[in-house]
Amino acid sequence: MRALGLATVFCFGAILFYISFDFPGWGDENSPASRHVSPYYIEHTMDDTSVPNIVTAILADYRGYDTLFETAVIFSAGLACFFLLRIPERQAPPARFYRHLATGITFRIEKGGRLPEDTDEFERIDSVWVPYDVIIGMTCRLVVPFIQLFALYVIAHGHHSPGGGFQGGVIFGAAIILFAISNNLRRTLKRMSEKTSALLGSLGVLIYAGTGILCMVLGAGFLNYSALASLLGVDPVSARSHGILIVEIGVGIAVTAVMVWIYYNLSSAGRQDEGL
Amino acid sequence: MIWPLDIIILTIVIICGIAAISIKDLLGAAIMFGAYSFMMCLLWSVMGAVDVAFTEASVGAGVSTVFFVAAVFRTTRRTRD
Amino acid sequence: MEALGSLIIAKYNYWAVIALLLIGLYAMITKKNLIKKIIGMNIFQTAIILFYVSIGSKKGATIPIITHGHGDASHAVHSVEYINPLPHVLMLTAIVVSVATLGVALALAMKVYSQYGTLEEDEIREKIMESEPV
Repeated sequence: MRALGLATVFCFGAILFYISFDFPGWGDENSPASRHVSPYYIEHTMDDTSVPNIVTAILADYRGYDTLFETAVIFSAGLACFFLLRIPERQAPPARFYRHLATGITFRIEKGGRLPEDTDEFERIDSVWVPYDVIIGMTCRLVVPFIQLFALYVIAHGHHSPGGGFQGGVIFGAAIILFAISNNLRRTLKRMSEKTSALLGSLGVLIYAGTGILCMVLGAGFLNYSALASLLGVDPVSARSHGILIVEIGVGIAVTAVMVWIYYNLSSAGRQDEGL
Repeated sequence: MIWPLDIIILTIVIICGIAAISIKDLLGAAIMFGAYSFMMCLLWSVMGAVDVAFTEASVGAGVSTVFFVAAVFRTTRRTRD
Repeated sequence: MEALGSLIIAKYNYWAVIALLLIGLYAMITKKNLIKKIIGMNIFQTAIILFYVSIGSKKGATIPIITHGHGDASHAVHSVEYINPLPHVLMLTAIVVSVATLGVALALAMKVYSQYGTLEEDEIREKIMESEPV
């Protein structure tokens, strides 16, 4: 099997090596990729949309249809993880572990039995338990709001600097995942439950598609943001810039929610009881 | 585009890629995959693709590595090949 | 000799991409562990993204963010000074799709583990053969 694999890989590599002599040289200005559509995008972005970051303008305005379906793809990935892994509590009642704080004795209650939530003599622990580390927990709790603020900045400043909806959304989701890793998964679930993240994911896709339909209702084509000029009260060029911001916010919300949702399902193998 | 930096980062990327698939400990392979993603991010920012590098830094070297570590934690850590 | 040198300088990035593609393909074909196959898939995906990004580069050009911003409206923009932004846009979509695929692939691997107790391909095949009625 290994020899067959090596032979296949070498044949493939030889064919690709032979093809590589036909490619244009690296850094060539006259290569076919740089001559047809992209000079139009580079020269006319400021006049059409007044957004200096050409990549954001192409992503959300000129090629906005692709980005709509990409957001739908990432939402359906979160949905697929949910359907594959999630085990509802009534189907497989878990065994809970408790620890008596005064003496350090740990015991296990089977088949879904539980102690009352607010006893202060017993604490609930995970099946793989390490003592709660004050330094890590407190430091991460202090750092998480600043990471979220940076994520919001990245979304909002995507017109003038590298950034945009995806990057900001992933950073926001990573902040929540950091909180879940350093503290308990159950505490994170109390703050942002699974239902919230699923609803936010679909809300993001709805904002994006809703903007497109709103443009269609106002008279222009689907996802043609210059139709929003009458609604926002600005000229069509600035309306395109504001339309890009609205859809980037929708994309950011969707990506945040889906990253958190996939993490909840992966790290607890579907039970959403105890995490990493 | 600074070509000595380019060649050095390309070499490190290929070494990280070979290491990520050869390490027998799955947790080590996940961490080497995170290092590979981060070196790719540096390569793209040397080539001038700053948006792509930003996305790869947050997605590949951040969230993707966490998903791998979570999956390895819930399954097994040893492998024979 | 100079022709060979200029050939290498013009093409070495494509050869590096080919090397990474071969590493990813080898991992997907020959490795028996499911997580190693998923790592090979991701290496293949990022190598393709490197290929597209390196096509869009131009010598002596700057990053695709227009420098003068909203200030002077009369300054013309030449497409030679900026690198090609279109492959970057396509590759942003590709990166996000790759992380979505990674999430689903890892969920499938965890389901296989919970059903068969192992992640090695040959052990899984033995267990399937045993449990099949002859």
